[in-house]
Amino acid sequence: MDSSKLLLSHKHGIVLACFALVTTLVLATTQCATSNRIQRNEELRIQNTLTEILPPQIYDLPLQQNAVEFLDLTANKNRTCYIATLDGRFSGVVITATAADGYSGDIEMLVGIMADGTVSGVRVTKHSETPGLGDAIELQRSDWIKGFDGKNLTTPVESRWTVKKQQGEFDQFTGATITPRAVVKEVKNTLLFFESVKPQLLNYE
Amino acid sequence: MNETVSSLGNTGSAQANHWKKLLGDGLWHNNPATVQLLGLCPLLAVSNTTINGLSLGIATAFTVLLSNILVSATKRFLVPEIRIPTYVIIISGIVTIVGLLMNAFAHDMYLRLGIFIPLIITNCAILARAEAFASRNPVFESAIDGIATGAGFAAVLIALGAIRELIGHGTLLADAHLLFGTSPLPPLIDLGEHYRGLLIAILPPGAFVLFGLLLVLKNLCTQEKDRQ
Repeated sequence: MDSSKLLLSHKHGIVLACFALVTTLVLATTQCATSNRIQRNEELRIQNTLTEILPPQIYDLPLQQNAVEFLDLTANKNRTCYIATLDGRFSGVVITATAADGYSGDIEMLVGIMADGTVSGVRVTKHSETPGLGDAIELQRSDWIKGFDGKNLTTPVESRWTVKKQQGEFDQFTGATITPRAVVKEVKNTLLFFESVKPQLLNYE
Repeated sequence: MNETVSSLGNTGSAQANHWKKLLGDGLWHNNPATVQLLGLCPLLAVSNTTINGLSLGIATAFTVLLSNILVSATKRFLVPEIRIPTYVIIISGIVTIVGLLMNAFAHDMYLRLGIFIPLIITNCAILARAEAFASRNPVFESAIDGIATGAGFAAVLIALGAIRELIGHGTLLADAHLLFGTSPLPPLIDLGEHYRGLLIAILPPGAFVLFGLLLVLKNLCTQEKDRQ
């Protein structure tokens, strides 16, 4: 390569670097200006879901402050538990749950459970089920997810913790059985997990 | 030097400097979606409801406007050999900023559009405008061209979104609050609970079929005009 060509390619590099530098500066500024608001948005979203599924009157400390990871031995993965306490005593918990056997991809959920083992609410936080069929698990689309409220491991009995098509307690959707079945199964698993970590939760300070 | 850069999808109409013609080109005669058939991936993926289409339309229009202005304003620093990487830096910078702003000020919408916001970068309609128009025209004209192209792309997104939502969900303009941040509003049209919806319309195959029909309609209109 002769020297004039080398010089030219140096010049190109410098021009490109200048563009990259200016862009980086602008990006960094925007990031700084928006990061607080974005963080607040995300906290607010989690908080809104948490208050929806666990009655706010049963705890006096923000749930996010009491987030603890517990190992689920059956599934061999960690679950986050947002622990609710009232006057220093354990009063309920919101547990993260993931149903892996949905129709397409993981269905991520939050399950609210009262200290006595009763479900206080379930919400799907992320899924990619078929729009118009499987997405009825979203509260925005139907009230189906509210059918878990007040249920526990004995009502209905364990064999009825599935969809009606399999002689269970819970409705399936027209044209979609796999999605609701996966959600029901995972809520049940979460209740079983709750029973297994209950001693630790009761001692939680 | 900029006049000598190789032309990529450059047509006679794109060189026109009259702004009315520019608007007409972007919106109709040289519409990025229905004539140039560019940026179809986000177009087909996100147009399942009117509001989704409108939101991505606004984000894309804003990106192409800014990218045209910036490319045109910096065109005397542009070196032909490295112009494409430079465009990519400019466009990806803008898209990242748009994403951050949406995340901060329209959080629910940001979550719904998901991966398609960063993917605006790969919308070749934007790169094509930078290369074919903004890099060889004054800032003002490039801005007009950016508005026209963006509006043209957004119009197709909204039209397709409206058709798919109406057929698939039986509603029109549902969930407008996700974009405008107001309290939930009822949809403009609601065919009611008894309308089960034609599911295919909101699934990807329906997007292809309905977009094809939209193209047929557009081409019929153009043919009719030519004949007159």
